[in-house]
Amino acid sequence: MPTTSHTNESALRFDRVSLGYGDYTVLRDLSLTVAPGQVVAIMGGSGSGKTTMLRAATGQMTAQSGAVHAFGQDIAAATPAGLRALRQRMGVLFQQGALFTDLNVFENVAFPLREHTKLSEAELTEQVLDKLHAVGLRAAAHLKVSEISGGMARRVALARAIVLEPELILYDEPFAGLDPISMGITARLIRDLSDRLNCASVLITHDVQESFAIADQVYLVGQGKLIAEGSPDHLSASQDPYVRQFLEGEPDGPVAFHYPDTPAFEKWLARQSGGRS
Amino acid sequence: MSRNPITRLGGYTSSTLIGLGAFFRFFASLLARSGAAVRRPRLVSQQIHFIGNYSLLIISVSGLFVGFVLALQGYYTLNRYGAEEALGLLVALSLVRELGPVVTALLFAGRAGTSLTAEIGLMKAGEQISAMEVMAVDPIRRVLVPRLWGGIIAMPVLAAVFSMVGIMGGWIVGVQMIGIDAGVFWSQMQGGVDVWNDVFNGVIKSVVFGVTVTLVALYEGWQARPTPEGVSRATTRTVVVSSLAVLGLDFLLTALMFGN
Repeated sequence: MPTTSHTNESALRFDRVSLGYGDYTVLRDLSLTVAPGQVVAIMGGSGSGKTTMLRAATGQMTAQSGAVHAFGQDIAAATPAGLRALRQRMGVLFQQGALFTDLNVFENVAFPLREHTKLSEAELTEQVLDKLHAVGLRAAAHLKVSEISGGMARRVALARAIVLEPELILYDEPFAGLDPISMGITARLIRDLSDRLNCASVLITHDVQESFAIADQVYLVGQGKLIAEGSPDHLSASQDPYVRQFLEGEPDGPVAFHYPDTPAFEKWLARQSGGRS
Repeated sequence: MSRNPITRLGGYTSSTLIGLGAFFRFFASLLARSGAAVRRPRLVSQQIHFIGNYSLLIISVSGLFVGFVLALQGYYTLNRYGAEEALGLLVALSLVRELGPVVTALLFAGRAGTSLTAEIGLMKAGEQISAMEVMAVDPIRRVLVPRLWGGIIAMPVLAAVFSMVGIMGGWIVGVQMIGIDAGVFWSQMQGGVDVWNDVFNGVIKSVVFGVTVTLVALYEGWQARPTPEGVSRATTRTVVVSSLAVLGLDFLLTALMFGN
């Protein structure tokens, strides 16, 4: 099992990172630091590049420029074995849960323990049931993935992400699809884990209320860059029009609701109209 | 954009070569990680159960009917020359040398190959493969290697079951229904079937077909676009590519094994 001894080094650091796919850059010149024990929320509208940041943090994609450091090591420079060692210190909650559909709830949560530890069956069972209890699903351990609801699946995925008690946990939309009770419990669980294990938590989310309640630091991304950063109180007091529009969910402001017209769309529209006449 | 035939031919050739290169690199990466199958035999046995046991019914029923038809057709032809006592030999050689490995491989591609491709493709679509990667678990070792070895082990066993049930089908039609002497039926078979030349070569064929079908199925699933359409196309390609590969390889192996 990975150790949970922490040093003063940051758990995750982005140094002037630009991210994108091919020639297209989604986010540019982004810098942020997540310290052990800290809960950091990365917020922004749909398509603003939040999940892309998560992919960069786990080494699933490399930065176009700049460097991503996990536990002080440059992820892009890590060997495959080094990257695996770094990933063993991380836990990731995927947006869709990404549960293994051929395994039941218990085996899904047990999966990282079976792969990375040599626990006895009794110890493993105790740890898995403990984590399932934390997300309120101890009595669902025997169920198949196809027998549980979407919200339950996300809670199982959360139990799986924390079962190794990692030093850095990345949550991709942890509150999506949860009922208000589960949402509140999940938020409290994330905060408790960070406090108890001194692990760094990164929340990729656009749920303002829940994330502001537990986050130490909030980064707001949009328009291809970092728009604002600070504590929840600091951002709540901000008069920046983008921040205000995002926090208050206003339809009018610097963020356009409508997807902008492009030459390709105009060309397509002309072809469509021509085809009908 | 229209291109001239030479450009099209060049493009087709280069894309085929690139595809073959990618396929063999994929095979090499699976072989290089095959130690995982030895270290965790339970994962392989689970796949043998999934791939093999669940294919047993279709293989057995098909084998029985192929045996029936072989015996009937064999009898009609042999009877013309008064050689119906060779029916047992004809049925056994046809099954052990050719029909057992080939028909089993074609059924295997349709039953187990498609299911492997769809499973891997849907695992990609559901981010399960990505989830394994970020959990520091190599999906090639954990998912693909046990399935490859499961397929390689299951296929010869299924081909043997097919041939055995087929011979029983031949016996039912030849001995029980047509009335050929049982002693002649079995003794001709015993005297004419050579363990090395016939049975062993049939086993080699079924192992080669097992590698081919399983590998094609895994490759197509691994390369599938993570969408319903992508998985559906990959599943179709598994059946088409692996069936053609089995038939082509069968010709090649037959020429090598049974030629002068």
